[in-house]
Amino acid sequence: MSRLPRSLSILLSAAIILLAVYPLFGDALFPNKHAFLMQKLTGIMVMAVMAMSLDLLVGVAGLVSMGHAAFFGLGGYMLALLSPEYSAANLWVVLPAALTVVALASAVVGYLSIRTSGIYFIMVTLAFGQMGFYFFNDSKLAGGSDGAYIMVKPAVEILGVSVLNLGDKRTLYYVGLGALVGVYRLLRVLLASPFGRVVSAIGVNENRVRGLGFDPVAYKLLAFTIGGTVAGLAGFLAAIQYGFVNPATLSWHHSGEALVMVILGGMGTLFGPAIGAFVFELARMGFESVTEHWLLPMGMMIIGIVLLLPKGIGGLLLQLFSGRSKMEGGQ
Amino acid sequence: MTRISRRGALQAGAAFAAAGLVPTRFAIGQTAKVRVGLMLPYSGTYAALGEAITSGLKMAVNARGGKLGGREVEYILLDDESNPGKGPENASKLIAGDKVDFLVGTVHSGVAMGMAKVAVDTGAMLIIPNAGVGAATGPMCAPNIFRTSFSNWQPAYPMGKVAWDRGMKNVVTISWKYGAGEEQLGGFEEGFTQQGGKIVKRIMLPFPNEEFQANLTEIASLKPDGVFAFFAGSGALKFVKDYAAAGLKSIPLMGTGFLTDGVLAAQGAAAEGVLTTLHYADALDTPENKKFRAEFKAFSGKEADVYAVQGYDGGQLLAIGMDAVKGDTAAGSRAALIAAMEAAEIKSPRGAFTLSKAHNPVQDIYLRQVKNGQEIVLGVAHKALADPAKGCKSA
Amino acid sequence: MDIWFFLIQVLNGIQYGLLLFLVASGLTLIFGIMGIINLAHGSFYMLGAYLTFWLLQSVDSLLLAIVLALPISAAVGYLIEALLVRVLYRRDHLDQVLLTYGLILIFNEAQRMLWGGDVHGIKVPAALNWSIPLTESLSYPVYRIAISAVCAALAVGMYLVIQRTRFGMWIRAGASNRDMVAALGINVKLLFGAVFALGAVLAALSGAIAAPISSIGPGMGDTVLIICFVVVVIGGVGSIKGAFLGALLIGLADTFGKVLAPDFASFSVYAVMAVVLLLKPRGLFA
Repeated sequence: MSRLPRSLSILLSAAIILLAVYPLFGDALFPNKHAFLMQKLTGIMVMAVMAMSLDLLVGVAGLVSMGHAAFFGLGGYMLALLSPEYSAANLWVVLPAALTVVALASAVVGYLSIRTSGIYFIMVTLAFGQMGFYFFNDSKLAGGSDGAYIMVKPAVEILGVSVLNLGDKRTLYYVGLGALVGVYRLLRVLLASPFGRVVSAIGVNENRVRGLGFDPVAYKLLAFTIGGTVAGLAGFLAAIQYGFVNPATLSWHHSGEALVMVILGGMGTLFGPAIGAFVFELARMGFESVTEHWLLPMGMMIIGIVLLLPKGIGGLLLQLFSGRSKMEGGQ
Repeated sequence: MTRISRRGALQAGAAFAAAGLVPTRFAIGQTAKVRVGLMLPYSGTYAALGEAITSGLKMAVNARGGKLGGREVEYILLDDESNPGKGPENASKLIAGDKVDFLVGTVHSGVAMGMAKVAVDTGAMLIIPNAGVGAATGPMCAPNIFRTSFSNWQPAYPMGKVAWDRGMKNVVTISWKYGAGEEQLGGFEEGFTQQGGKIVKRIMLPFPNEEFQANLTEIASLKPDGVFAFFAGSGALKFVKDYAAAGLKSIPLMGTGFLTDGVLAAQGAAAEGVLTTLHYADALDTPENKKFRAEFKAFSGKEADVYAVQGYDGGQLLAIGMDAVKGDTAAGSRAALIAAMEAAEIKSPRGAFTLSKAHNPVQDIYLRQVKNGQEIVLGVAHKALADPAKGCKSA
Repeated sequence: MDIWFFLIQVLNGIQYGLLLFLVASGLTLIFGIMGIINLAHGSFYMLGAYLTFWLLQSVDSLLLAIVLALPISAAVGYLIEALLVRVLYRRDHLDQVLLTYGLILIFNEAQRMLWGGDVHGIKVPAALNWSIPLTESLSYPVYRIAISAVCAALAVGMYLVIQRTRFGMWIRAGASNRDMVAALGINVKLLFGAVFALGAVLAALSGAIAAPISSIGPGMGDTVLIICFVVVVIGGVGSIKGAFLGALLIGLADTFGKVLAPDFASFSVYAVMAVVLLLKPRGLFA
């Protein structure tokens, strides 16, 4: 995918800067709700990371996965399983360990799923997602359906000195922001690389790519694994925030919500799904505060997006800002 | 260029406006309203329970002129959708966002676990009006967490002795494989084996699977003296009907009240003879209960049930605490507030009860049976039963 | 496990499977013939059950209630197709998944607004409300046998209609090549609307006849939905034969899974699907 139009880049950078400075003046703007808002934004930024990871699969590689939430949940559960009960785990140890496990799981699931395509791929990924859900729900491994606690957040130390206090809301906010920006840049670099270009091409026309001599399966598998691992990172961060994991985070409902964020934001644009996460969560908050029958406007919004805004907000933005060339960006 | 920056600003503004973030008023002095956050299921399978609890609590506060400790009450309702994944976030929304003085909730144990964690982390006052998860008054117990309902173990334990006294020596237990199921079956099994009984088999189904035929066939082949089952809601309705249709009525069916509560009419003749134990019974023949049921019917238009009682008692507990500190919810009065609530004797429609050191009700458990389509009370199965609160450091 | 116990469990598995087939058949029809993934299929199942419950408050006979519920369900199905689904024929699967996901949210909320959050039951009709003793402690409810008979009859009927009638021929043709069928003068819009309505009716019918032995409550569509998809995918999308076999397979797997390995019962249903797809990526009867 080609570079973003300059004006759009500036707009997105401005948004990031806004997010970065928010904690400094947020207290003055919303004195009562500031602490909660910071927490909510942290949560949304983590969801944005997950949405971007799903976009790599859905929007770029054309792999519509309905089981993506399982990797998200697995990341959180790994933290729960690896954390000692009443003391802090060492982040430098648990994070790589958790990500390794998630990467392995994604690779296995990917290997088994990529043999299918179309609706079958959707269903197989759904099945694996459900298997993940039932695994944690039905077993006593980590509290079963009631979930498990992470009593003490992991410690981030260098040479015995604490570098980051993850228990501090503001620190966690910046960690979330860092993850959002870092993952976005990483994915951009990935997509611009030769590997990334092949994957994008596969999303457009797999047969032609095969005709050019590439093995689509290997590329899809690697993309799937990367996407799953990044989702695991998001789940890991989400688990740190509240110190609580529950099988519900692996359910297909959660996967479905992530897909809505991707579509809402604009498949394949990468920045779009991140925006999609914000809009989705804020819309939900808005509907919930207005009516107890909030599911109704929520469902209507989803339908409206599918019917009226198929390229999502990202696609719309790209079209608006691209000026001359209509072919730049988009699907 | 101007178009873009204005658009950007509009987008941001619209986004925040849509989230309904209007700065709320400060709590100036103690004449401001008391904020009670009700985090309950208002959609989905448990919606009826959420509504019953809410009505019960509001009725209790209304009975005191709509005030707690002399201050007016503002309710903030939040639908938790029985989604445990969002539990901590929703609890945080009420505590940090809406700055509630008291958090009340919820029905689903997974969600309650998340709420308890946030309550422990923030020190917010939490009252649990239903979720029976043992951990909340067990390993996760805390001075600021109270429960006005039951622990899963509590209503199930006395049935063990009842079964033994009725001559049963071998019993099959069956439930869903999840926290509540394990804890309830555990309670019965403990009570039954203590008397000398034997558990032939413990059958656990995946939650929330409602296809019972395979397991009913299994039960028939095991030929036990009795069956103890824990199911609730639609599962309870189906299980009792399927049990009868499979011709198993010759084997007595027992359970905690959740097996029949709320679904008795729909179960029809299938529920005849089913024995249940619970800390309340609709048919409890006491003046307090009769008065409560009449008032509740007038207040909400619906028949009262155990959930309404639990909500009502939650309101009473709040009132007792707030009266003791004269409505002062500031940090300085917190210890006094908690002490008052701990010492409270609640005049509940279920009978008067107090709270254990782990803040769980110490209450009578009634034995009930379905006769001619009505749930009648046979007597008290266990007086003043306290949950052992394993793992609670203050118990 | 003795032979008698084994046989009864097989009976249980088949009975459950037949009911699953009835629900899944509508889904596979819609997908196979129209290429539409309809996540709201479970909502039609729920609709059938609630309509029957609601109508039973006015009429006395379960049969009559069901007969009345079906045309209402068909109308709802046709409307949904005409207003929303039609737009999706040329779109990809993801759009269909999301649009019908949005529909689920709306249906669930509408159900709650219309009928509330309580759980309800329906009585089994008196004529069928008895059981056949199988062993000294176990009897088999006749109503379940009746349901199985209905499902089996419908299976045969569906097969005959699709393979042997003109309507069935149009359906099969429309699935292969929509444009050609339209060019031949057949009203494809009407045809697809009819197929969607038929799929909705099949789901509603299964919800209605299963109502007396299950419970009617919020969210009942969601649980049925996932299993339905598993059945359809195992059998091969679009194949009635496949749905039939897939349903029986899942019915037996679920039944025996519960009894033999209860810890893995849920897990095993999905494992079966994964295994089938790995061996035959397009289902048993692609």
